[in-house]
Amino acid sequence: MIRHALVIASKDLRSELRTKESLNSALSLTIVLLLLFSFAFDPASEDVKQWAGGLLWLVYSFAAILIITRGFARELSNDCLEALRASPVPGSALFLGKAFASFLILLGVELISLPVFGIFYNVNPASKPLPLIAALVLATWGVTVIGTVFGAVTVNLHLRELMLPVLIYPMMIPALMAAIELTSASINQVEPEMIWYRLLIGFNIIFTALSVALVDIVLVD
Amino acid sequence: MKEKLIYTLGLAAAIYLVRNLYVMLLQLPDEAAQGPIYRIFYFHLPGYFTAAFCFLFSAIFSAVYLVTKKWKWDSMAAALTEIGLPFAIMNLVTGMIWGRIIWGIWWTWDPRLTAALISALIYAGYLMLRNAIPDPTERAKNSAVVAIFAFTSVIFTYKSNEWFRTQHPAPVLTIRTGGGTIDPAMEWMLLHNTLALLMFAGVLLFVRWRMEEQRREIESLRRESLSY
Repeated sequence: MIRHALVIASKDLRSELRTKESLNSALSLTIVLLLLFSFAFDPASEDVKQWAGGLLWLVYSFAAILIITRGFARELSNDCLEALRASPVPGSALFLGKAFASFLILLGVELISLPVFGIFYNVNPASKPLPLIAALVLATWGVTVIGTVFGAVTVNLHLRELMLPVLIYPMMIPALMAAIELTSASINQVEPEMIWYRLLIGFNIIFTALSVALVDIVLVD
Repeated sequence: MKEKLIYTLGLAAAIYLVRNLYVMLLQLPDEAAQGPIYRIFYFHLPGYFTAAFCFLFSAIFSAVYLVTKKWKWDSMAAALTEIGLPFAIMNLVTGMIWGRIIWGIWWTWDPRLTAALISALIYAGYLMLRNAIPDPTERAKNSAVVAIFAFTSVIFTYKSNEWFRTQHPAPVLTIRTGGGTIDPAMEWMLLHNTLALLMFAGVLLFVRWRMEEQRREIESLRRESLSY
């Protein structure tokens, strides 16, 4: 299954790197949003450190939607999804591969826009590396897992682009909440509470397991 | 026969609710610290219990549907969610009214309040998803998966005041605390009203379930007539 998942992931990454469709759009969206938020919140104010973490993850969650919607939607043209279903790859491997590819793309977008965020808002998001890395890796995985499984649920829908955000934003709130707290802790150079690490790890384990168990039903039957 | 039974249950629920209202408004005294507003709790907690009960069974029946592929379980899960959501909203609204009186604010971003709101939003998303999928098999299958995911938010709400420091009052029922935090008469009232609301929800559930089954029948008849 791992081998199948890696094949799917490398296929998705290769097609993404050749077309750069979601990479480019997600990157430019994050920059535009960072710019836009500088009008809503004063980046020169004293309390920028209080809300910068939340702002960053808001931007990332928008970028995530762009990348995740592409995940399954890119297979719709030429009936590629049907071919993948007919192939010997099990649904769970298809899901894991797609989630992993989206995870890497989203993580790439986050890492590129992180310094831009630091410069625009005059904060150092990596003052405390551990919470930041935990937030980036764990929350990004959590967000992509939720996004990919709901992407599979809504892939055949007419209203796909409308339904997906309605379903996944509330689901990912716990992960985003923990990521915001961890990033804020890193920006403010304080030790975060353990509960946020635990919340992220628990979130990832529960939803990865649930998704792997249930995605076969959605994709294959 | 079934019809009569359900109307009798409805009547019994109505009488029971009136009896509960009489006892809680006219017989039980005001709470020592909070005054008369505490009575809203007799709808706040039972509302939550009813909603959680509906959502739990909606997740269970969704799983049963995925295993057995029998339509009635899908209809049941849909009906349960649709009945559960108003009770969840009732829980939120009564909590807000209480908060306005006791805390002085309608809403605070406390983990438990936030979790309850997230839960309501997720179930609203579930109902929207059901409407967005035209194909019945696809609809039943995908919304069953979503219902199982959605139930994690109910657990999250339930556990949130153990995991986080919250402003939300701690549990009072003997089953959670071991006793001593609530007057027995008041606790009995809570249980009575939970039962009354569950009976009421049961009646609604039956009516809504029958509607869903009829809708399915109409759908299949329409498809049959189109296929000729």
